[in-house]
Amino acid sequence: MHPVRQYRRAQPGTQPEYLHPAYTSTAKRSPTRPLVRMPQTLSEMTGPIFGHDAVGAGPHDDLTKQHAGEPLGERIVVSGRVLDEDGGPVPHALVEVWQCNAAGRYRHVNDRHDAPIDPNFSGCGRMLTDAEGRYRFVTIKPGAYPWRNHHNAWRPAHIHFSLFGRAFLTRLVTQMYFPGDPLLPADPIFNSTADPRARDRLVSTFDWETTQPEFALGYRFDIVLRGRDATPASA
Amino acid sequence: MHLPATASQTVGPYFAIGLDALLRDDLAPTGVPGHRVTIAGRVLDGDGTPVTDALLELWQANAEGRYAHPDDRQERAADPRFHGFGRVSTDAAGAFRFATIVPGRVPGPDGALQAPHILVGVFMRGLLKQLVTRIYFPDDDATAQDPVLALVPIERRGTLIARPEPVGGFTWNVILQGEGETVFFDC
Ligand SMILES: [Fe+3]
Repeated sequence: MHPVRQYRRAQPGTQPEYLHPAYTSTAKRSPTRPLVRMPQTLSEMTGPIFGHDAVGAGPHDDLTKQHAGEPLGERIVVSGRVLDEDGGPVPHALVEVWQCNAAGRYRHVNDRHDAPIDPNFSGCGRMLTDAEGRYRFVTIKPGAYPWRNHHNAWRPAHIHFSLFGRAFLTRLVTQMYFPGDPLLPADPIFNSTADPRARDRLVSTFDWETTQPEFALGYRFDIVLRGRDATPASA
Repeated sequence: MHLPATASQTVGPYFAIGLDALLRDDLAPTGVPGHRVTIAGRVLDGDGTPVTDALLELWQANAEGRYAHPDDRQERAADPRFHGFGRVSTDAAGAFRFATIVPGRVPGPDGALQAPHILVGVFMRGLLKQLVTRIYFPDDDATAQDPVLALVPIERRGTLIARPEPVGGFTWNVILQGEGETVFFDC
């Protein structure tokens, strides 16, 4: 067997635990038995690789152009890079995004928040990173919305991200937040990660370079997927 | 340079908006060689209540035990028709179902072959990061010698093995807590 470099395990505090009592849904959905620690095998160190066919035709990187009219709300551009833990780019990686509309309402049957549906906004995007790991999409700024986790619970504005890197082990689902959101300190999901620096990395930064004159404000959100250990282990 | 990996966050209750475009409940199109099977089951929470908003992702090798991935450098036949990725969500009864072929054996940590298995990633509201588990098949000599199953306490191994149904197909459930709690891996 050729030597393999295993994927790094998370530094303490940089990932949430499964049980986070402040987020009440974790109580009945988090495992109670310890996870079984296992060495990484070829199964975990490979994973699905997607091409342009997974993205499909259509303006999937412009959520404001998927209907006859333009959605209401503040148009924004979101861009960033997908990197590994050594800072190297993750090229041609599939990025899926979804979000609520500017009023804080998802186009989903289970969303009963009394805020208007926008007929011109689905809230779904898909794209591949380029050769340098860059992605970019146009959307509208999502609104805050209430949820029933606790009294007067409101989710800060966020965009959901789903990424595949090179392996099953690099799979990541996360959320991007907006700078200066007053709801962040009270949000149990945002605060589920112990390390405050890890939390801060979930907050995008306002970015003049991404901002386009006469068009839209720009936000930058870089995403880091698990990287490999420096030293090979025997396969 | 070391950048820590971005923190995981829950997929939430509305992932269908973003993730349904890539739902794939049939991993093996007609003509793909291998023993075709269907696997169905339910996802249950700590109260035994069906989880109606779970998403399962599947990853497996082809019948030859080869992954559709450049890091699989085994000298075995790849099959351009077989990708090996699946994605299914649970319905109003917490149930899911997918069709595939039984994967071949792939190398384990020390080069010894693993028993046929499908990797499963579990996502749902209330899960702040992915749960990783595996589906194995019963009555397979290989299962008794599998190096990963060997790490699992013997009384819990059954949670990883699909159960054949008299009418055909297999049942395999995800039980998040309590009696029969599914084994999840840290890998
Ligand atoms: Fe959300």
